[in-house]
Amino acid sequence: MRDLITVLHLTWFEAMRRRILGAALLCGGAFLVLFGIGIHFIVREMHGDNAALLERRMVLNFITLAGMYAVNFLTVMSAVLLPVDTLSGEIESGVSQTLASKPIRRSSILLGKWLAYLTVVLGYLTLMGGGVALVSRLVAGFSLPGLGVGLPLMILEATILTSLSIAGGTRLSTVTNGVMAFGLYGLAFIGGWVEQVGAWSDNEAARHVGVAASLLIPSESMWQLAASQMQPALMREMHFSPFSPASVPSPAMVAWAAGYAVVLVLVAVRSYERRAL
Amino acid sequence: MTGPAIETQSLRRRFGDKLAVADLSLTVDPGEVFGFLGPNGAGKTTSLKMLLGLIAPTSGSGRLMGVPIGERRARERVGFLPEHFRFQDWLTGRELLQFHGRLFGMSGTALEQRIEALLARVDLLDAAHQRVSTYSKGMTQRVGLAQALLHSPRLVFLDEPTSGLDPIGRRLVRDIIRELKADGVTVFLNSHLLSEVEQTCDRVVFVKQGRIVREMRLGSEAHGLELELRLGAVSEEAAIALAAMGSGAREEQGRWRLRLEGEAQVADVVRMLVARGVAVYGVRSSLPTLEQLFLEVLGDEVRPG
Repeated sequence: MRDLITVLHLTWFEAMRRRILGAALLCGGAFLVLFGIGIHFIVREMHGDNAALLERRMVLNFITLAGMYAVNFLTVMSAVLLPVDTLSGEIESGVSQTLASKPIRRSSILLGKWLAYLTVVLGYLTLMGGGVALVSRLVAGFSLPGLGVGLPLMILEATILTSLSIAGGTRLSTVTNGVMAFGLYGLAFIGGWVEQVGAWSDNEAARHVGVAASLLIPSESMWQLAASQMQPALMREMHFSPFSPASVPSPAMVAWAAGYAVVLVLVAVRSYERRAL
Repeated sequence: MTGPAIETQSLRRRFGDKLAVADLSLTVDPGEVFGFLGPNGAGKTTSLKMLLGLIAPTSGSGRLMGVPIGERRARERVGFLPEHFRFQDWLTGRELLQFHGRLFGMSGTALEQRIEALLARVDLLDAAHQRVSTYSKGMTQRVGLAQALLHSPRLVFLDEPTSGLDPIGRRLVRDIIRELKADGVTVFLNSHLLSEVEQTCDRVVFVKQGRIVREMRLGSEAHGLELELRLGAVSEEAAIALAAMGSGAREEQGRWRLRLEGEAQVADVVRMLVARGVAVYGVRSSLPTLEQLFLEVLGDEVRPG
């Protein structure tokens, strides 16, 4: 455990020293300011139009969900890119030989790095997701429903992608790992849309294709479930926005996603332990 | 410590179709400075990695100070300087040593004092606050050497430790190896610089295609004497008699050279030449250099790497 904590500290220190955290916070802050300005003008226009309360709430829900979608996208990028070369880069450069020849378990190296990047990504997601909800509340007086369920689902999505990137790094080169992780994410993304179109048009085959893609990599289905939770039932039923899925992933998919993340980490540990360095 | 510092039996490693190490069986005694020599591609680095648990052997077994290789305990008293020491270069030299010290289970004042002493020993005190990214190759190698010695190991693996060092840096490494030997530390040295090996090692093995082909103790006459003669005209009869007294007799640039079994033969050679009327202008005997032995042992199969 001591070794794991040492690697965890080093990885955090690296994120700070290389200004990764600073850059993320700066860009995140700029995003929230822009989002706040945007929602401010939308609210002002709706006041001028004397929009009905229900219409106002639905528009604000849509805008806030759009903000959460952007946060989700930025988190996906961070979850894949931040750890993409942490193992493959060290293996290629020979740094891992110096580390692994110490009297420590390789699992401590891997889990220390995984935990460090996961906490950075989740911290970023929480700050940004919470920030979007807070800005919406402060500027427009709108409270995003279902945030307590939606945010953990987004966290699960980020956990899957961070673990995928770490696991890939134990065997693949940095570029291949990045291509692979984004390729799988793209597959899940398209699969999710195929499932929605299938559900909307009653096309069972298309739905099954989408479900299969979600089983293969359940990241996107977690966002769809999160988005459906972060809107009122009426808006969801009316399919008011692109964030109102026609086919809502089941709770079983959440269990699958959680198990998927655990298995990814176990596979990563085993793969790194057996790898020739 | 009782028993060998390093002991391996038939270690073998295959990468797909390629056999990197065929059959490595060796024993290194405690306190010995041991040279592991061979041409490029002889399986030296793979052997070293197997000993350090970085690569699992395909078959065979080995122990470091009595503990099976691959086990975490086997690395507890082991220091390692890789051939191309690389580390997170955004750390300063001192931070790098602090991090490595913690991985060895060190902390607090003991760690700080040890870091201070080692920075002074490798002449990096002035540069301790600089990031490793600003270090020259020699400085990086020296901080790498310091990290290998942080926990006062009983066995140190040095893979090309003088790589990238200037003559002063090379002398520093030689001195450190001698200090380690004086402290009873076992040193396993892998180097292409045979003159360095010659100056520091007690014993060497030559490795070819992952097999030890020759083992020899350095600094003794066990491998004969190299005799160099400056002679007048040498008759055919005298040349034949000279060749018969040793091995590898040859004339190079007006000087005759041959390998004798020992010093006692030198006088016999001179007597024989004088008796055959050959003028002897100069005689010089020396132990064969490691480079000569290397080329003799590994022979024609050695190709430039």
